[in-house]
Amino acid sequence: MAASPLHNFQDLVAWLRDNVRAPEQFTLSYSAEQSQFIRFNHARVRQAGDVQQAGASLKLIADGRQADLHLTLSGEPALDRERLHQALAELRQILPLIPADPYLLLNDSAWHSHQVQDGPLPDTARVLEQIEHGAGALDLVGIYAAGPISRGFASSFGASGWHQANSFNFDFSLFHANGQAVKANYAGQVWDNAAFARRLAQAREQLEYLGRPLKTLAPGQYRAYLAPAAMDEIMGMLCWGGFSAQAIASKDSPLQRLYAGDAALSPLVNITEQVSGSLSPAFSGEGYPRSDVQLMDAGQAREQLTNARSAAEFEQVANGAEAHEWPSALSLAAGELALDEVLARLGTGLYISNLWYLNYSDLPAARMTGLTRFATFWVEDGQIQAPVSTMRFDDSVYSLLGSQLEALTTERELILSTSTYGQRQTSSSHLPGALVKRLTLTL
Amino acid sequence: MFDFTAPLRQRFTGLNSGAEFFSLRYVQEAHQHLSVRKNIAEPPSLTRDQGAMLTVRVNGVEAYAATADLSQAGLQRALDQAEALARQIARHALLDLREQPVSSARADYCSPNLNSTFPALADCYELLARESASVPGDSRLVNWQASLGLSTVEQIYLNSAGAELRQAQRFVFPGMSVTAFDGSDSQSRSLGRENFGQQGGVDVIERCGLLGAGAQVADQALQLLLAPNTPSGVRDLLLMPDQMMLQIHESIGHPLEMDRILGDERNYAGTSFIKAQDFGHLQYGSALLNVTFDPAIPEELASYAHDDDGTPAHKQFLIREGVLVRPLGGALSQFRSGLDGVANSRACGWNRAPIDRMANLNIEPGDKSLAQLIGGIEHGILMRTNRSWSIDDARNKFQFGCEWGQLIEHGELKGVVKNPNYRGISAGFWRNLSAVGDASTFQVLGTPNCGKGEPNQVVRVGHASPACVFSQIDVFGGDA
Repeated sequence: MAASPLHNFQDLVAWLRDNVRAPEQFTLSYSAEQSQFIRFNHARVRQAGDVQQAGASLKLIADGRQADLHLTLSGEPALDRERLHQALAELRQILPLIPADPYLLLNDSAWHSHQVQDGPLPDTARVLEQIEHGAGALDLVGIYAAGPISRGFASSFGASGWHQANSFNFDFSLFHANGQAVKANYAGQVWDNAAFARRLAQAREQLEYLGRPLKTLAPGQYRAYLAPAAMDEIMGMLCWGGFSAQAIASKDSPLQRLYAGDAALSPLVNITEQVSGSLSPAFSGEGYPRSDVQLMDAGQAREQLTNARSAAEFEQVANGAEAHEWPSALSLAAGELALDEVLARLGTGLYISNLWYLNYSDLPAARMTGLTRFATFWVEDGQIQAPVSTMRFDDSVYSLLGSQLEALTTERELILSTSTYGQRQTSSSHLPGALVKRLTLTL
Repeated sequence: MFDFTAPLRQRFTGLNSGAEFFSLRYVQEAHQHLSVRKNIAEPPSLTRDQGAMLTVRVNGVEAYAATADLSQAGLQRALDQAEALARQIARHALLDLREQPVSSARADYCSPNLNSTFPALADCYELLARESASVPGDSRLVNWQASLGLSTVEQIYLNSAGAELRQAQRFVFPGMSVTAFDGSDSQSRSLGRENFGQQGGVDVIERCGLLGAGAQVADQALQLLLAPNTPSGVRDLLLMPDQMMLQIHESIGHPLEMDRILGDERNYAGTSFIKAQDFGHLQYGSALLNVTFDPAIPEELASYAHDDDGTPAHKQFLIREGVLVRPLGGALSQFRSGLDGVANSRACGWNRAPIDRMANLNIEPGDKSLAQLIGGIEHGILMRTNRSWSIDDARNKFQFGCEWGQLIEHGELKGVVKNPNYRGISAGFWRNLSAVGDASTFQVLGTPNCGKGEPNQVVRVGHASPACVFSQIDVFGGDA
């Protein structure tokens, strides 16, 4: 780009402050990335490319009305000012045509936030060498994504936030010749050859178990250990409206009975939107500084995720939630089960590394279904016996994380989002594994 | 339309590269999403997006660079970046594409009614407000929303072999949903939304049935709230087109994607229970099953003349009389596998590279009216409107849920049931197809939300289908 993302952002904000005057107000939410994507299949590069993109969402507010326009930026300052000029003109034309908004709520504080982590990124050639060397004859498939990500916010009230981080995320699987696979991930800011080799070795060790003859289970109820990556899928489903103020008020939340006080989860369950210390920006795209929000305490509902619109409509306090009111830094507190005791405590049952493609069978009952995927094992007397063929579960969260939850692990895993829909995401979750007394398999 | 052609052509001609082949795919998009929820207009959300992907092939190795800087210098910078990356990965590359043919086609494609005037923003809000207001006052109706999405997309593809392909499309996504709540359970009923979208203009709103729908959708939400749960057991299953589209999508479309079969998607979207050697002889379904890739139904979401690699698109049977014939594989997958495929190499925008995607994937009509389909069922259930979907990574074991169920006994429709779910295994499910509806039951539907690929991509896909009957399926309800 002709200008750095920060300079580009500041240039646009300065232009807006010169050109938007009271009684008009504006907010500008900015995002940019310079990413390298390298896909692997059979441990060779299947597809590779660079994506350089930036965009801004301009909100114009006047006369009790608001409208948003998201525009793609070129990175060339003069051209981007022209695009912003056109966007502003378009919004000024639109505002008088739309009804006044009774739920318009703006944060008029002049807060400031600035976080930059701009350490050097791994050298691509070296990463390719390491992956090829580490994989050897393994059937490795996955994607390496790396590069800087930026987020910015500014408003006509004087608020300004900047978040920039360099990171990489190598998300991969190793496949056995029999079609069974183990999933792994190596992500961070500094590529460490030894750390990568250890991660690969752990996956390779599980792969050896997957070579044993496959066990096919009958539908029924089983003891099970859900590793943090499997828990991430369950928590991910709950994030679909589970904690959203609008979804709860609209009776469209899987946790509406919990928030109504008609149901509870296990006292072991403590959930927080833990923004502090996470990789997410400390401010929302709506212009609210974000702090930690306790969502669940000892299995009981506490706060909800509330954006500005919900705050106005449902007479709550906005707490930095984005428009969709999903958690972006979900943290489930650790329990007391030591990681090296998991197999012994499980005894006989299922060790589930990952789950896949969850959805609701009955949303108000928080009953969800999904499948095992990657490295699921049958365990007898605390010993791994055999990999298990793909099985479907169908169970309520009030059972899995309620009456049937036996223990959570003391160690937790920080799972960084690998999602790249639209752009590389900054969300994460920090989760323990869970031992459950009964998981219902249906197919 | 295509206003950027001349400058783009000029800048493309001015590009310098040492590659044996290179291409430029420019995409310009505009989106507008409007919504009225509980009689309150929500703020309009608009998007203006443009950028280009430059792809190069150097000694048979391809790489790309995507940029929103469309100046001569910006495009040249991206081209140089792609070329440098192609050279960097050469030693590690999976594919040698030196012998893969490239497109030199030149053509234009436009959506139907592209030049017809679409209602102005204020008129759209008025329409949505009218539908929202038509939801009757009832304390059990706790949430409702009428919405309208509008997208226009222009794409220009140029390459060093002389191809020039332009397409201009307009997509419309109307929707309505109502939620009813009785103090414990809630039930939602919807029209359109994720289950309907078409190319065209204001005609799409009419075809969706949004006009005048508010009261009926609300009434059905209340009926569901009062209905008993779907009983568990084995029944014949009559799926209406707005559930057939999901069934086709998940358990025919995805497993037939050639890049999954070749292993590219194993880390994310998954693999397939279908193997390359199955094409030509596997009995995928009963003899009543005829599945086509059909890019020629003008209003269907993924109708086009060429895919994003420049391959001409024609109607092809993927499954004929139940036998698996060909995969969903674009030019690259065809080159890699040696199998005939279709023109389905597609990208979601300028910042993502084309991969094998579904486009329009349809089931051809049969010969039974809806009355005959119902009349032929002794002990069954009708389900309509998808609300839940889950299937394994090989696209085999599935469980789907619908908004609306209605029992069928002795050839007659009976009472409404809530939480209708069913499950099965793709490999056997389609062999239980026992009756196929005629053209009177056929609907052209589609969804804007098909996700796949690394990096991730969401594309629009079209599905047209008649109503269909499947014998002896495991159905069940919810908890409450």
